[in-house]
Formats: sequence, structure tokens, C-alpha cells
Amino acid sequence: MTELSLRSITKRFGRMTAVEDVTLDIPDGTFVCLLGPSGCGKTTLLRLLAGLEVPSQGQVIVAGEDQTNVPSEEREFGMVFQSLALFPHLSVAENIAYPLTIRGRPKADVRARVEELLDLVQLSGLGDRRVHQLSGGQRQRVAIARGLTIDPKVFLLDEPLSALDANLREHMQVELRQLQQRLGVTTIVVTHDQKEALTMADMVIVMNEGRVQQIGSPMEIYRDPANAFVAGFIGTSNLLPCTLNDDRSIEVFGHRFEADAEDRIKGDPGSGLMLSVRPEDVRTEAQGTGPTAKVIFIRDLGESIQFVLDRDGHEITALYAPSARPDIRLDDEVGVSFAPGKRVVFPA
Amino acid sequence: MTRRLQVSYVVVILLLLAAPIVVVAGVSLNGQQSLLFPPQDLSLKWYVELFRNSDWLIPLRNSLVIAAASSLLAVAVALPLALHAWSRANWLSRALYVLGVAPFLLPPVISALGFLVFWISIGMYGQMTATIISHGVFLVTLPVVTISLGLASVDSSLIEAARTMGARRGQVLRTVILPLLTPYMISGYAFAFVLSLNEYIIAYMVAGFTVETLPIKIFNSLRYGYTPIMGVVSVIFVGLAALTFGLIGRFGNLPRLLGAERVGND
Amino acid sequence: MSGLRQKPTPGWLPFLPAAWLVVFFLVPFAIMLTVSVAHRVQGGFYEPGFEFDSYMRFFSVFFGRILLTSVLISVGAAVICVLLAFPFTLGLARMNKRGQTLVLVILLSVLSLSEVIIGFSLSTLLSKTAGIGNLFAALGVTEESRAYTPSLFALMAGMCYLALPYSVLVLYPPVSRLDPELGEAARMMGASPFQAFRTITVPMLRKPMMGALILVFVFTLGIYLLPQVLGQPQHWTLSVHITDQAIFQSNLPFAAAMAVFLLLVSLAMVGLSLLLGRDKGGGA
Repeated sequence: MTELSLRSITKRFGRMTAVEDVTLDIPDGTFVCLLGPSGCGKTTLLRLLAGLEVPSQGQVIVAGEDQTNVPSEEREFGMVFQSLALFPHLSVAENIAYPLTIRGRPKADVRARVEELLDLVQLSGLGDRRVHQLSGGQRQRVAIARGLTIDPKVFLLDEPLSALDANLREHMQVELRQLQQRLGVTTIVVTHDQKEALTMADMVIVMNEGRVQQIGSPMEIYRDPANAFVAGFIGTSNLLPCTLNDDRSIEVFGHRFEADAEDRIKGDPGSGLMLSVRPEDVRTEAQGTGPTAKVIFIRDLGESIQFVLDRDGHEITALYAPSARPDIRLDDEVGVSFAPGKRVVFPA
Repeated sequence: MTRRLQVSYVVVILLLLAAPIVVVAGVSLNGQQSLLFPPQDLSLKWYVELFRNSDWLIPLRNSLVIAAASSLLAVAVALPLALHAWSRANWLSRALYVLGVAPFLLPPVISALGFLVFWISIGMYGQMTATIISHGVFLVTLPVVTISLGLASVDSSLIEAARTMGARRGQVLRTVILPLLTPYMISGYAFAFVLSLNEYIIAYMVAGFTVETLPIKIFNSLRYGYTPIMGVVSVIFVGLAALTFGLIGRFGNLPRLLGAERVGND
Repeated sequence: MSGLRQKPTPGWLPFLPAAWLVVFFLVPFAIMLTVSVAHRVQGGFYEPGFEFDSYMRFFSVFFGRILLTSVLISVGAAVICVLLAFPFTLGLARMNKRGQTLVLVILLSVLSLSEVIIGFSLSTLLSKTAGIGNLFAALGVTEESRAYTPSLFALMAGMCYLALPYSVLVLYPPVSRLDPELGEAARMMGASPFQAFRTITVPMLRKPMMGALILVFVFTLGIYLLPQVLGQPQHWTLSVHITDQAIFQSNLPFAAAMAVFLLLVSLAMVGLSLLLGRDKGGGA
């Protein structure tokens, strides 16, 4: 049973703070994605978990034990590096066997385990190859197998799929997820690809500028972003200035929308707040109610149709299924409304 | 832990490397004509003496003239050579590149003897021109290497872009490639300059008895009478080298210039 | 550059540098070759000829002793230097860019220093009146100050002083190319720092180390001045004797023959190190 906790972790490099005051709990067996733009501190956080960096402050707790100062070689974690870090002077089998040979396990056991792992990642028969004789996807699998050799307490992956082309990447995402479910190992993947995070993870941790912005299931992160950053970073969101009244009704461009119990209100009543609505929750009607906006761009995406509207320099994007296409044209002035219950309001 | 151990090891080695220089710097401050350390009667008189005593002034001038001229020659030869080797991938251009790299890789005694017999054969033995050309050939390797590194970092799409905008070959060279190469040419020149100043054996074999350079003068003084001026010259040379390489490090990417690939520009 | 229809440089460009290097670099070697088989004129330079007298002298006890001395001293210095330089370079490559630049500036400054100045500095450091002799006397290690030069110890110290920065610079590119994530990966899989060093760092750098060893050996073979300043006459190496024969004994043919020999040895060694350096382990 390996649940993982961080307690007020801060990491500074010289004057730069890479990770600031991060506290989180990861239950056993969870598939976690650490998501954020480059330079947000997600890789540093992973390296802190791995014991490759020592936090400036705070504690790393593994299975109830404080392991902050335990060196990485004693943590019994598995890790896949961004560069994969496969040893070029060793064969595929020797790479996978490395964690066992370093622990001096008997040769027969090692060989059996390597066979098992090669099988697991569908590379049977390639054990004698050199790393440079493998394709990109095969190397990926070797790195994954190598990380799993010792049945790690926690499996860490740093942008493991970033070097693969789009098709292979999607394929490996599915494979990785299936593998994790089969083994039940607590897994933490660093990625900057939100689609990857949303499709693989049980739990997504969104980071920006060294701080955790939100922790939640993919659905929560998408439907109920905690702040403007998350709303803007995950999927596309319309972010519009708004005023929140005492009765929880929302005013946008001078138009008042009635409150709905399902709306997520994260700020105190007042002006200068931010309304976030997903494009599929924006409704436009030729003679509709609500604030008006001008249609400046229409795009047929095949599975959906996108309308881009302009109101006082603010862009509003609406998305419709082809079957529900409203009868509006370029340059029309249309009324805009936002689906009740799908509106999120937070401080700007 | 291990990291701290490594860093302290590096520091210890650097201190060992600095020790003789510190002693020599101390010696140069002696008030009397003696080589005592710690120095007695602290004085800077030998620093003044270097620039007043014609015994030392002439070698100083010789060394500077030779270094300035030979480094210029080296860069002038290295530039077309490196450009050619970069633009063509046949055995002839590779052979030319090897010819450019070889002079500095071979033990200098061999080149020195080669130059000696060469200049004797054509009757220029003992002339400063001979020393300048010899140094220019010996040191050509340094600008060849730096300029080639510079060329390796030129993105070929830059050249293609210039072409699509209508630049002819000569114009591409002049307006795109040469400006990008300038810092590498300067560092090549600086490397060659510092090494020419310090070079002894070739200068000695080619014209040692007629064109005295500072290293030759120091060596002669080692045999015929020590003076703190030797310390002065050493200190100046160390300072000059540190200044030159410091400037290259400050304005260029020294780790990259010396073959590291993992050091970024942060 | 094959994608470009026209090469970016004109075809006549290499003629000048090629001609220059042929005239001033290859021709001198050719002349040296002819001098090595020329006839020596006592008291003068030489006269044209074709004889192997100078090469025959290689088969003398005199030459054998020189060769043995040269090789032993150079191998000794090269091994010491590479062993010292290897951990140094590993440490250097792990520093940040500023630190690396600083260390490299120091190394280059020392490396570019004239052998004359290094010889002078070390002979001062090891002398009776300045340096460690004084220090030991002051600390009471020895009763009174003494000189530590000329001696084999002084000579080896000088050789290593000269060759250490060179060794670091030769090792620097392969060591800095080593992906630091490889070591971290080993640590994640349970290897102690020493195990990671032994199973990953050393095997991956074995060839570059051998290559460096050879290059440093060639470099130390070429050291021509320190044996005269810091060593005793029995420590004179091949390079010293070449200078001595050429200038003081006025025996150019013999000097040239020894230089040709040294040249062949150096070329063979450099070629060997290039062969070793070529296989970079596939470079994953």
C-alpha cells in the first residue's frame, strides 16, 4: 500500500523558486497526471518525489513514512525519464535487468523476471538487441519495463511520450493506462499535454508558476476550474468580465442572467469578476435575448461548427453540433446566452 | 555529499595549479635582484623596469608583433579552409581540414625542426618574417576549429531564406554567414594570439639568435642569471591569458567552444 | 548541404589555404625527410645525400636509453594526468554554465602558458629560497629549507602541471555529452553513487578515456623544455635531444631522423585515438 503525501514542499534553486508550498495526498493505486505549461515546476515536483532533488522545505511522506531525506536508490520507485536514459552500452535485457543485477539477485531469477517484463511490454525476443537498434516506440517500452522491474512502490514518468509522433503517442497512452490498471501501481506522469492528462488520469494536478492550481478528477478540472488559469489552460474557455449580484445573478455586458443552483460561484458579490463558459455552453440566437455580439468568423470543423463572436473587443466562441446549427451568418448581430448551471464565476 | 566532494576536488586541483603562479607573482615583487618568497622589500620596480630596460623591451615588442601578425595570418588561412570543409563533404575537403588541424596536434618540436630546415633551405633563417609565417601555420588549427564550430551552428534554413529573398552566393556569405562567424573568428584570433606570445620552441629554432621573443629571453635568463623581471613577464602573461579567455567566456559560450553540448545559454 | 542546388561557397575558395599549407607545412616536412637521409658535415649543416646513417644510430644504446626514458616519463605523466583529470572533468561537467566557464578560463590560462614560464615557476616553487622548501622549514617538517629541483619528482610535477589542463580539455567533450539522466536512472533503480559510477559512467567513458590517454601521451612526448629546466641530464627526452642535436650539436640529419621517428609514432597514436573515438556507443 503506497499512498504518497507532500507536506508544504518548497524548492528553490538559488533565487528562483521552482516549487512553492505544495501540499497534496495521492491515494494508493491512483494514476496521477501532473499538468502545466513548461517551467511550471511539475518536473521539479516529480524529481522531489523521486529523491533526485532535496526540498528546501517540507516533507515527502511515502506510505506513512517521512522519506524526505531518503536517497533515490533506497526509495524503490520506478522512473521513466524524458530522455528515457536507456544505457547505450547495455542490451535491452541488461537494461531491464539493471535494478536486479545491482541488487545482486541470482542470475536465473533475473532472467525469468526480464522475460516476464519483455512479455508485458510486448518485446519478447528483442532482449539481445542494443538500444539503438530499436524504434522510438520500442525504446519507450524498454524504459517502461525497466521502471517496473522491481515492482516499484511508485511509478514516475517524466513526459514519457513527448518524443513520439501523434498516432504512436495515443496508442501508448492507452497501453500505459491499461498496464497501470493491471498492476495497480501508484503512477505519476508529468505532461504538458492536457488531452493526455484528461484521457489517462484518475487525478489531475494542475500547476502554474510553482504552485498547485487545482487537484481533481479530469471531469472536475474541466467542468469546474478553480481559477482563471485552469479555465484558460484546460480546453478552450470563454473568459468574460462580469459582475456578481447579491442574489447570485450574473451581469455580463450590462445584461443580467438569473442565478442557477448549478452555477459555480467562487467569488464574493461585486464587479470585476470573471465568467468562464465552455464554447459548447454558449448559445446564440438571431433574435435572442441577452447581450448582442457580432459574428466575425465561422468554421466548419466537421464534427462541430465553431462561431467566433465579438463584443467590445472580447472574443466569444460558440460550438454547435452540425444538426443543431443555428441560422446565423457572418456579420450578423446576434444575442448571446450561457447555459444555466454551466457558468463558473471567479475573481479575475 | 558526493557533489560537494567533487566540487572540493576541483577546487583543490585548481589551487595546486595556481600555486606556482602565486609564488612567481610574489617573486616579482622583490625589491632586490633576488628570487625570494615571501618577497622582501615589496616594490613594483621590476614592472617599471620591464618597460624601461631595452634588454626586455625589444623581446616584448618582438613578441607582440609576431603574435599580432601571425594570428591574423592564421585566421586569414583558416576562414576559407573552414568554409570549404563545411560546404563540401568529399574526401578532398576532409583532407584539407585534417591539414588544418594537424599542425597543432603534432609535437611542436617536429614542426619546429621542419620550419628550421625549410627556412635554412630558402635562406630566410633568422628573419622575423620566418617566425611570423611559422607561427601562422602552427596556430592555424585554433581558428580552423573555432570557425568550424561556428559554421556547424549556422542553421541551413538561414541560408535558404536569404536565397529566397534574392541574395546571391557572395551576398549570402557576406551578409549572413560572415556576420554569424565574427565572434568565432575573434575567439580564434585570441586563442592564436595568446599561444603565439607563449610559444618558445618554434620561435627559438627559426630565429632564436636574432629575433628574441619574451619566452626565449626568459629561458636565456634561466641559464644566465635570474631576475624578478622573469616573474613580472610571467604575471603579465597569465593576466593577459586570463583576460583574453575571460572575455571570450563573458561574451561567447566557452563550454560550447570547447566541445560541450549540454550547456545551454541560460 | 546536399539539398542546395548551388554550394554556399565558390569552388576556388580552398586553393589559397591549400597552397599555403602545402608550401609552409608539407614542404618543410618533405625537406626534413630529405635532411634525415642527408650526409652530415662536421661543423657545418649537411650536404645532400641519400644514406641511412642517421637512422642507423637508432640502434644504439644511446638512442635506446633516450627512447625508454621518453616513453616511461610520458606514459607515467599521461596515466597520472588522466586519472587526476577524470574525476575533475566529471565535477566540472556538473557545474552550472558560469562555474564551467570560470574553470575553463583558468585551465586555458594555465594551458596557454609557455613551457618556459611553467618551468621557471615550478623551479621557483621548488627552489630553496622561495616556495615549499621554505614552507616545510617554517612548519618544522624539515630542519632547513632545501631545493627539490632538479629531480625526477620535479620533472614529473612539471609534466603533470602542463598536461593536466590538456587532459581535462580532451576529456571534457565526451564527459559533458554524458546524459546526467543516465546516472539518475541508475540511482532510481537502486544503484549507490559508487555503483552508478562503476556500472554506468566508467563503462560508457572507457573509450574516450583510452583516447584521452593516448592524446595526452603524445602531448607529453612533445614536451621539450621541462626536462632541461627541472630534470637531470639522464631525464632528457627525445624532444630535448632533437633540439639539442639541431642547435647545439649541429647535427641536423640526426635531429631530423629522430623527428621523423617521433612524427610517425605521434601520427600512429593520434590515428589510434581517432579510431577509439569513432564508436560513440551508438548514441541512443
